[in-house]
Amino acid sequence: MRTRARFRLRVDPIACDGRGLCAELLPQLISLDDWGYPIVRDTDVPPELAWDAREVVKVCPKLALHLEHSPPPP
Amino acid sequence: MPRPLLPPPASVAHTPVGLGPPPAPVARLLGGPPLVGRTTLDEHLARFGRLPCDAGDLSSPEELIDLVGRSGLCGRGGASFPTARKLAAVARQPGSAIVVANGTEGEPASSKDKVLLARSPHLVIDGAVLAARAVGAAEAIIVCHRAVRELVDVALSERRLSRIDSIRLRAATGADRFVAGEASAVVHWLERGVATPTRTPPRLAERGLCGRPTLLQNVETLAHLALIARFGPEWFRAVGTEAEPGSMLVSLLGAVQRPGVYEIAIGTPVGGVLEVGCGAVAGAQAILVGGYFGTWIPFETALRRPFSRAGLASLGAGPGAGLVAVLPADACGLVETARVARYLALESAGQCGPCVSGLPAIAGELEALASGGPFNLARLQRWLGQVEGRGACSHPDGAVRLVRSSLRVFGYELERHSRGRCCAPPRTEVLPVPALPR
Repeated sequence: MRTRARFRLRVDPIACDGRGLCAELLPQLISLDDWGYPIVRDTDVPPELAWDAREVVKVCPKLALHLEHSPPPP
Repeated sequence: MPRPLLPPPASVAHTPVGLGPPPAPVARLLGGPPLVGRTTLDEHLARFGRLPCDAGDLSSPEELIDLVGRSGLCGRGGASFPTARKLAAVARQPGSAIVVANGTEGEPASSKDKVLLARSPHLVIDGAVLAARAVGAAEAIIVCHRAVRELVDVALSERRLSRIDSIRLRAATGADRFVAGEASAVVHWLERGVATPTRTPPRLAERGLCGRPTLLQNVETLAHLALIARFGPEWFRAVGTEAEPGSMLVSLLGAVQRPGVYEIAIGTPVGGVLEVGCGAVAGAQAILVGGYFGTWIPFETALRRPFSRAGLASLGAGPGAGLVAVLPADACGLVETARVARYLALESAGQCGPCVSGLPAIAGELEALASGGPFNLARLQRWLGQVEGRGACSHPDGAVRLVRSSLRVFGYELERHSRGRCCAPPRTEVLPVPALPR
């Protein structure tokens, strides 16, 4: 059986400036810490949020957000 | 006057339980007791002979990597990565590889790399030459602390004069900062004079110094490699444990009779490690193992635990780069931790938001706690959770581990501190923190 490709969001912490746009647009997957830096949920992006996730990656002003293939399940 | 080639004495196996007789000192890396000061090239060759690959043995890189694999040698810089796997990963890469011997030792409480480079520089250089052979490199750089740079230079010129090496060797002085010893920071420093970690991937084995496949090993690891190539994996495994063979250097400081750098068999009980420094001073409260990224353990709990990854894992601790600091009766663990936490906050490379903002916040809260001012424990715990795992390197994680363990071990102090009464005269300081130019 062919399974759907799985992706997750990852922040490049060096590039990230804590603008917070991502958490505004995708609160389902991204929250902010006490200093305004994004905490990304460490799970696969659910299919219904795939479009939003791609948008958020595109609008990050520091290009610090990436979509990556999820690690293979153990 | 050439002497017959004899392996350095292996330590006598000691009983792993209890605090019986002190373990026999292991004298592999730092030379025997009669040896004082730097080992010259002549002394080194008289004791160990030439490298086996120069004498015709171990001609193929695969053979050498296989030998290291059978020895079970793991990195001694703190991460304990299997050395043979690292060698093989670099050897696989196309392009001309380079070897970096990392003796940066940015940790202020640790001195083992400096002592090793000062006493046995040729073992380290031998290891770098062998590693270069294993990965097909024509060049190796010995990165050392500025305190021992001259000694390394002298050792390298001895070798140049006697023309014993077929690869290019040079020395470089590491940056004098805490994060400077992290692998990608060392490469960044050599390349561009900036001692900050860089993002991974790409891994150094693929694209490291100047884009070349780079093998970066701690200097102690390379010294072990030089001995394994001569005396074989079985000799190496004669001390240590089955899973973590060999010996390691430890830096003892704080409430021990004779602080300093010693060599121990991995798996020696922590109490036995302290015996090597003539034992702890009476009334010791706790032990910090692993370094400033390490873990506090109550004194009595620590004593019978084997000093190895397996032996300390259940306490959330590990040997790291071999630091063992003993907290005396008249010092306060919270005050000590707060001072180190502030130092770690100032030593952040300043690249990742959670580390830049989070560590000073954590240090501030801990300082309030240590000085008996008003503090918010729940907020401190939340911040620790928010900072962990969110940097490009493990700097924030290490700081969080240290602070968490201090809250666990010195929890009994919390209540007293909350009433503004510290346990200790604030004059006693155990963990050194260099003055920061900021």
